[in-house]
Amino acid sequence: MPKQRVIPGFGLSMGITIFWLSGIILIPLAALFLKAAGLGPGEWWNILTSPRVLAAAKLTFGASAAAAGVSMVLGLLVAWVLVRYEFPGKKVLDAMVDLPFALPTAVAGITLTQIYAPTGWLGQYLAKWGIQGAYSPTGVFIALTFIGFPFVVRTVQPVMEDLGPELEEASASLGANRWTTFRRVIFPLLVPALITGFTLAFARAIGEYGSVIFISGNLPMKTEILPLLIVAQLEQFKYEAAAVIAAGMLLVSFALLFLINLLQRRLNWQTR
Amino acid sequence: MALRPVTTESAPVRWLLIGLAVAILTLFLLLPLAAVFIEAFRRGWEVFTAALTEDAAFSAIKLTLIAAAISVPLNTIFGVAAAWLITKFRFKGRALLLSLIDLPFAVSPVIAGLVFVLMFGAKGWFGPWLMEHDIRIIFALPGIILATVFVTSPFVARELIPLMESQGIDQEEAAVTLGASGLQIFRRVTIPNIKWGLLYGVLLCNARAMGEFGAVSVVSGHIRGKTNTLPLHVEVLYNEYQFSAAFACAALLALLALVTLGLKTAVEHFTGHGSKGRH
Repeated sequence: MPKQRVIPGFGLSMGITIFWLSGIILIPLAALFLKAAGLGPGEWWNILTSPRVLAAAKLTFGASAAAAGVSMVLGLLVAWVLVRYEFPGKKVLDAMVDLPFALPTAVAGITLTQIYAPTGWLGQYLAKWGIQGAYSPTGVFIALTFIGFPFVVRTVQPVMEDLGPELEEASASLGANRWTTFRRVIFPLLVPALITGFTLAFARAIGEYGSVIFISGNLPMKTEILPLLIVAQLEQFKYEAAAVIAAGMLLVSFALLFLINLLQRRLNWQTR
Repeated sequence: MALRPVTTESAPVRWLLIGLAVAILTLFLLLPLAAVFIEAFRRGWEVFTAALTEDAAFSAIKLTLIAAAISVPLNTIFGVAAAWLITKFRFKGRALLLSLIDLPFAVSPVIAGLVFVLMFGAKGWFGPWLMEHDIRIIFALPGIILATVFVTSPFVARELIPLMESQGIDQEEAAVTLGASGLQIFRRVTIPNIKWGLLYGVLLCNARAMGEFGAVSVVSGHIRGKTNTLPLHVEVLYNEYQFSAAFACAALLALLALVTLGLKTAVEHFTGHGSKGRH
């Protein structure tokens, strides 16, 4: 590779990018960690292990993982049908998959609440089965699944489109039926994309606020998520506590995303 | 009877899977969308228009438009510069820079608002100095713009990077050897190649900017008629049990989402292939 850069604009584009990233994202995030570091380890421990924070953390990470997991199954099915089959209305449905990306979260929040409330369109049927939709952890899970499953569809879809028929033909010629071919040939090729989709849905769900706070009912210890707890601290002017919870939340979610990334690299290595 | 190809499923399995997928999408996507509009018009057209034309709603719409009109162009400049840097050059730290561009996707919107409160709020780093000089950032327009910019900064770059990466740098290099200047190359070679991707990135960025809730909610202070954006206005109305009015404003935002999706589909039609990137 030549040392000299042929295309102009390196300095300018580097300057704009670094300036913007530091001014808007890095310095403010550093301010958050500095503020949180103003409290000693003892106080960090007290805040992060208080029962209310622990309960919110359990709900946030638990519901996010569950929603991202269910999103993987729903997303795989939807992507499969959209890529492989022809049926009337397919184009419209394909376009609609992006709705949760484009719909403002507050709109999603109040609408899902209306639908899954005990008297709502779907909530009344759930209630007959003894399931409370809105104002319960189930509601949080429903909202996070709504937000998350398009990520899985949109990461799996292009990979599925690129799969040629050769492997499946070879598999069939060796006597495998469709189910075996799916299980042993197609599915393993989709696993990396599925994990990417899971990670994106999971990361988005952990931080999600607008669509959750309406449907959750915000009962302390029961249906309160971490981002809401941060807002609650701010409203009481407990800036340090808010910073500590936020910093803790960021550290845990970065660590989780890093681990998933490692796992995926190993999987990619194996399938190569 | 026609033989079924070995690479597809039997008809019953096929229709079962299609039925399941359509049921999921209908219950999960179409039903909520329909619910927004049904709730908005439940008490008639007059209630709907009254909710959108009252003063508080009007100023919320205005504020939403102003915030988007400032933050979207800024992030478009950033997105194009970042995509140019990442795709046209190879340098040390490129992978790190790429993950930093994506970073806001992994940060909760609430935290995006919080960081600016910690910097510019009354008890923040610059709080006392700002107070002395009578400059308001938090609970005012500048704070709303900062929070919006933070949350929407990756959208344009994210859309452009895969596109420009796949196009390579041959055309730009050819233009250089023919004596074109940097600006000429950008205007005459790059822009025509990326215009649809750029448009879609800007559309997504705009949809998120106008719809952002968590980050803006933290920095806005919810001053009615002053610092409430349209999504915040929806929340206020909803919490006051003015459901029809809340859903009327929500319907306006849902319409924005539908227009965004419609334009996206049109863009894909023009380019002939999907831009199924991450969001």
